[in-house]
Amino acid sequence: MSNGHLFVIGATHHRTPIEVRERLSLDADGTAALRDQLAALPGLREFTVLSTCNRIEFYGVAAGPEVAEHVGGAFCRRQNFDPVEFARFRLDLRDAAALQHLVEVAAGLDSQMLGETEIFGQMKQAYAAAQAAGNTGPVLNRAFQKAFQAAKQVRTQTAITAGQVSVANVAVELAGTIFGGLSDARILLLGAGEIGEKTAKAFQSRGAASLTVASRRLERAMELATALGASALPFEQREPRLAEFDIVVCATSAPEIILPGSAVRAAMARRPARPLFLIDQALPRDIDPAVAELENVFLYNLDDLARIAEENRAAREAETLKGRAIAGEKARALWQQVAAQVTAPSSPPASEPARTSASTSVPETR
Amino acid sequence: MILPFTDRTWLWLAAALYLAGFIQGSIALFKRGRPAGGATYALILLGYLAQLAGLGLRGRAVGGCPLGNAFELYQFTAWSAITLYLVVGATFRLSLLGYFTACLASTVTLVSLLFPSWDAGQRVRIFGHNPWIELHAALAVFSYGVFALLALTSLMFLLRHFSLKSKRLGGWFSFLPSIRDLDHMGVRLLAAGAAILGFAVAVGAVHWARPETVVNLEKVFVTVAVAGAAFALLLLRLRGILLARRFAVACLILYAAALLSLVTVEPGRGRVPARPDPVAR
Repeated sequence: MSNGHLFVIGATHHRTPIEVRERLSLDADGTAALRDQLAALPGLREFTVLSTCNRIEFYGVAAGPEVAEHVGGAFCRRQNFDPVEFARFRLDLRDAAALQHLVEVAAGLDSQMLGETEIFGQMKQAYAAAQAAGNTGPVLNRAFQKAFQAAKQVRTQTAITAGQVSVANVAVELAGTIFGGLSDARILLLGAGEIGEKTAKAFQSRGAASLTVASRRLERAMELATALGASALPFEQREPRLAEFDIVVCATSAPEIILPGSAVRAAMARRPARPLFLIDQALPRDIDPAVAELENVFLYNLDDLARIAEENRAAREAETLKGRAIAGEKARALWQQVAAQVTAPSSPPASEPARTSASTSVPETR
Repeated sequence: MILPFTDRTWLWLAAALYLAGFIQGSIALFKRGRPAGGATYALILLGYLAQLAGLGLRGRAVGGCPLGNAFELYQFTAWSAITLYLVVGATFRLSLLGYFTACLASTVTLVSLLFPSWDAGQRVRIFGHNPWIELHAALAVFSYGVFALLALTSLMFLLRHFSLKSKRLGGWFSFLPSIRDLDHMGVRLLAAGAAILGFAVAVGAVHWARPETVVNLEKVFVTVAVAGAAFALLLLRLRGILLARRFAVACLILYAAALLSLVTVEPGRGRVPARPDPVAR
């Protein structure tokens, strides 16, 4: 009887604190060197390394039960990490459970920000690199390809990607419900702090037509405007020129209201048919709350945005059970297809030759 | 003969398909939290084809555009609205508009079918041999179909407005188009409806101006009033006087007025109670 099995071992954000993940993280060179070592491990038929900021995972097909231990040992030696400590955090799944994990990771069900889609691209890169290096064979090739298909199915059949879960992206999504596309939306950022900058960047990334920055310190506004490829506006010009903008992001630390109702009413009188979206991310608030009553004016403050983000996150959470059920079903079906190959006494990889090194380290963006 | 169906059988089938589209859309919205999209569109399309068959048979029977009584007027209005939806809905992928259209079309067609008295005074060749007056009537009723779609987009605008102001954006509110897109669509539909109705009035005026024509003043007044209201509304919107929520409400009132005016227009004609071609029905 054979002891061949499919495994995933590693450490993820679920059980591993960030200080430990920092010590376990692999850069491109480190990954390449480790891959060379793993390629030489006896009994390891196929493998793929996935390294992101939230996880380091090794997917493999092994001839015996001790091989996964050897993979973990090789990794710990390279990282100069105590194997006993690694065992405390270690993820260790076999066969159908490993496949289910693979599908769940690809679908974003296992991500820190539930339903995020970046992991899908990162997995594709990791798999492509392993495949190019000849580290994968018939089992992992099928497993990854089917996992990608299943992940797409999870995304389309559930709402785990619905709604934005960060405050900046919620603001951008809201702008979409008001303006449709942002290609002709002109944005004014009041305040040159970090929060406003994040929101402004989110708008830029969605193709906003123009961005103008105004700050009580003009030099700081010019500095940020230059960094963002935007234009700067003297702070005192904010009221007379308000009518020129469609979206106003306020994130100053001013102790008093900087956009009074009279200024907004005057601006709307000049552009009555065009909606005005006001985002007040400041505390104390920058915009007179009474302007929310004005026709064609939509005012959202920090609490509103945070509440929507939280609702979206909760809605995604509610979909995970459905997503996991789909992932489980797909993983079981997939296991039926590959089990015979995995447990066969000897199953050389399709691309048996030189398991040369290729980096699967992925830029950490999550 | 396509099938041994009478015109009313086809029209019942159309109403049933519109109703099925509405029910199916409701199930999708309230159980799955998203509009049915393609399925609703397919049911509406099938209903549209059935309605086309029914109106076609009726048209053959009466020897012209079937606009001879309240039943036919409401059927033709619903058909016009669906014609536009099939173009607009497919172009802009407005799945929620399909849901609302199915609701409106099933209501209008079923109500018109449920009152046999509305279809009692069917007449033949009501336009005589004057194609201009037939064109006038067809265009006028078609414009009411445009106003029906305008009413639906206005309703969607009000829902989107409510969702943004009350900060409730989840659930099926998330399937509504953006408020600016709905506003633009409303302006375009109003402009199209006003232009078609205006043209219909102009075509009719050529007929009314003839000395031998006996003009039904009530009908002329109502038609011109609806057209005047549509143009006034458009002007107020373009001048920036009537905007956003108030504009949407005004569009809904315009459609309600147009719908009610059909009741006024219909009895204005002289009735010929004959049903000359029972085979075709």
